[in-house]
Amino acid sequence: MNETYSLEMRQIVKTFGPVVANDRVDFRCRPGEVHALLGENGAGKSTIMCMLSGVYRPTSGEIYIRGKQAKIRSPKDAAKLGVGMVFQNFRLVQTLTATENIVLGEKSSFWRGPGWLRRKEEEIEAIAKRFGLLFPVDRPIWQLSVGEQQRVEIVKTLYRGAEFIILDEPTSVLTPGEAEQLFETLAQMKAEGKTVILTTHKMKEVMAAADRISVMRKGRMIHTIAKADTNEKELAKLMVGKESAAVRRESRPRAKGPVLLEVRNLDVYGDHGRLALNDLSLTIRAGEIVGVAGVAGNGQKELAEVLNGLLPWKKGKIVFNGREFKTASVRGAIEAGISHVPENRMKSGLAGSLGVVDNLLFKSYRSGERSKYGFLRSASNREWSQSLVEQFDVRTPGLDTPVRQLSGGNQQKLLFAREIHRNPHLMVAVHPTQGLDVGATEAVHRLLENLRDEGRSVLLISEDLDEVMQLSDRILVLYNGSIVGERGREEADRETIGMYMAGIRDEKEEAV
Amino acid sequence: MNERPATTASSGAAALDAGAGAGPSKRFSWRLEIDPSRKESPWWMTFVSVALALLACAAFIAANGKNPWTVYEKMFSGAFATEFGITETLVKAIPLLLCGLGVSIAYRISVWNIGAEGQFAAGAIAATAVTIYFPDLPFYATIPLMALFGIAAGGIWGALTAIPKTYFQVNELITSLMLNYVALLLLDYFVFGPWKDPKGFNFPGTPMFNDAQSLPVLGDTRLHFGLVFALAAVVLYAFVVRYTRWGYELRLIGANPEAAKNAGIHLKRHILIVMIVSGALAGLAGMSEVSGVTHRLMYGISPGYGYTAIIVAWIAKLHPVGLVVSSVLFGGLIVGGYSVQTMGLPSSISNMLQGAILFFLIAGNMAFKFRLRRSG
Repeated sequence: MNETYSLEMRQIVKTFGPVVANDRVDFRCRPGEVHALLGENGAGKSTIMCMLSGVYRPTSGEIYIRGKQAKIRSPKDAAKLGVGMVFQNFRLVQTLTATENIVLGEKSSFWRGPGWLRRKEEEIEAIAKRFGLLFPVDRPIWQLSVGEQQRVEIVKTLYRGAEFIILDEPTSVLTPGEAEQLFETLAQMKAEGKTVILTTHKMKEVMAAADRISVMRKGRMIHTIAKADTNEKELAKLMVGKESAAVRRESRPRAKGPVLLEVRNLDVYGDHGRLALNDLSLTIRAGEIVGVAGVAGNGQKELAEVLNGLLPWKKGKIVFNGREFKTASVRGAIEAGISHVPENRMKSGLAGSLGVVDNLLFKSYRSGERSKYGFLRSASNREWSQSLVEQFDVRTPGLDTPVRQLSGGNQQKLLFAREIHRNPHLMVAVHPTQGLDVGATEAVHRLLENLRDEGRSVLLISEDLDEVMQLSDRILVLYNGSIVGERGREEADRETIGMYMAGIRDEKEEAV
Repeated sequence: MNERPATTASSGAAALDAGAGAGPSKRFSWRLEIDPSRKESPWWMTFVSVALALLACAAFIAANGKNPWTVYEKMFSGAFATEFGITETLVKAIPLLLCGLGVSIAYRISVWNIGAEGQFAAGAIAATAVTIYFPDLPFYATIPLMALFGIAAGGIWGALTAIPKTYFQVNELITSLMLNYVALLLLDYFVFGPWKDPKGFNFPGTPMFNDAQSLPVLGDTRLHFGLVFALAAVVLYAFVVRYTRWGYELRLIGANPEAAKNAGIHLKRHILIVMIVSGALAGLAGMSEVSGVTHRLMYGISPGYGYTAIIVAWIAKLHPVGLVVSSVLFGGLIVGGYSVQTMGLPSSISNMLQGAILFFLIAGNMAFKFRLRRSG
């Protein structure tokens, strides 16, 4: 075994049912380096790190820490070996203070004496100061900003003596200023001989903070390279990969239909009061599929929500079918003819414990055909459901079967049946093929193309670049809440799109 | 209340080591982990928990030097074997059914109304107010007016919880519970103060109602017309939930509030209306109790119907038919508790059983979400 590696993962395979999340991944870290794990969402970065920190166990493969084979069965085992992880979603008790959170679970003694907590506070403050991670140690977590909470998490790993510190998408919750500070902390940790692994999909961070970079794509480790030997362009290329040969792209004439949706200078605030959409403008014509490419967390969710009336906007205007939307209203969007296939179908698209009929009624139960004088037309609704189930080939044991019991593909077909039968002018489809097998993916793609061929429009928001490129007539790239690039069907190539996605703009392209 | 285990499950590493001090040297250990596929426990869980509760309470009865079997037999025969027992059981089941129905509607959309006791008292007070301030109205005017007042007062009491919840995110568990004490103290104020019967030898109660102010009863039993109210309310509830637009919206919110938002349903408006309906049903229970059973408003009018109703609702899994069955069961439990007093046991034995049933039911539902797995 090579002496220069303090941590080595060999041929790690992790499967979740039929899905292979990590396929024979090798990962090596040198002592005292900042190692960036770069990849798109779903590339398997978090999965491999969860195995290192004991949250998951590998299906096969071996982990060596400081040259010795390690069996990591639980986060407790990982902590004993000096591995600490800061998760994207913090694991803090909101009502306890920062100090209490950090010492939580310490089993030193039953009675700790009167000054114990104060001594711990001082100890923790000393660690925090050493690494430039300032936060009020005696205040409850809920009073702390998100950035401060992250610092508490980092100090927690340091306090427990972690030598290997894993940060999962650390900057996704931070303001630029806070991110800057975090990088300084990383440098300090490195100076003290700690090994830092950070997973990210943001090129800028990688270039700012990392010593070495490992790129993952679709569950595989593609390449590990020193920062000095590479550049952003090369990394972007590695991250998105080459165009797969199977993608078929016939050329199509540009849609010349009338403008259906016009969004102008839209500002939208998302969770935590973050500016999620920043001065965003876009136009969709009748009869075209517009794909939105981009790395997750750049405003996709908010774009879909604002168009469907789920999120209010601060500035700008939305004109649909010649009428301007005055306020955010879900019902208004439904009545205007906007359909929505949400990101997570079981979370916000379907009601898992209800049957097929009830799930199909979602958006049309107010109509005269489905209900009268406040009463549902139960018998005719069943017939109508049956015909939709047949038309869209939803395989279900019965009309009252809880949809939770259907397969993912059939759930999605059911959702599409509901959204398409209303003859929408615009379909907003977010990650419509996530978690589906090849057959169901194909079916969903055909549904979207049929919609377009009937003169309707589709806004396809997807993380799967292949999908966006295959289906879209036009491709927009969303970065940091704005559209940073646009390409027509023929002129699009993965390389440029990938670069836009990473937030790199070519000087010559500024005109777009 | 179903949300808690779910959050633990999502935190991923929710595995507890069952083996004592599972050291790294151990080859096998049993792990207790949350099975995310198990969302609802099966129907037989209810029966298992009732059986376990009977078993656990048997130990206490035996410790008191009584034979548990004879005690249970006596309780059962006291509640269900005679005409008197059956009608008394049904008399107790009426307020339980109405209050249980009320809280069920709220629980359906995850609004945790535990204020049925106070809403019941508010309804009883308002119905009595009709008899105090309009003493000479005829039967056909008094009874509807009393019912209306009871429903309105219960609804208002529910709204007092709903408005802070919808507009200021105040936790309804706290407000609805606190308002119970407000309503019960208000009731005490009236019966000890302004409404006290001057000819009542200082008994804390209003004057007895006249015939025009009392609900009709069946023969010479105490079984009163409130049973019709209760059953009608159950049928209406079942119908509304199944066949109306509003009921569909409730089912949707109950099944997945996030998805309901996507369907354009206003959650706040529904919470408000449901809380008012929930309170109104408990208020009707209060009205039917004063007008049908006690024929006056008096101190301690409810032996905790509003709280027992919460157990009734959970046992029934919020299902209409289940509500009828469980309210009769709990009515029988109260009556059976009285009948074992002659054996030298306190009637609060029925409280013990009630508590034990709820305990095992909740524990059972919780335990069902786990599975035991051997891992190496």
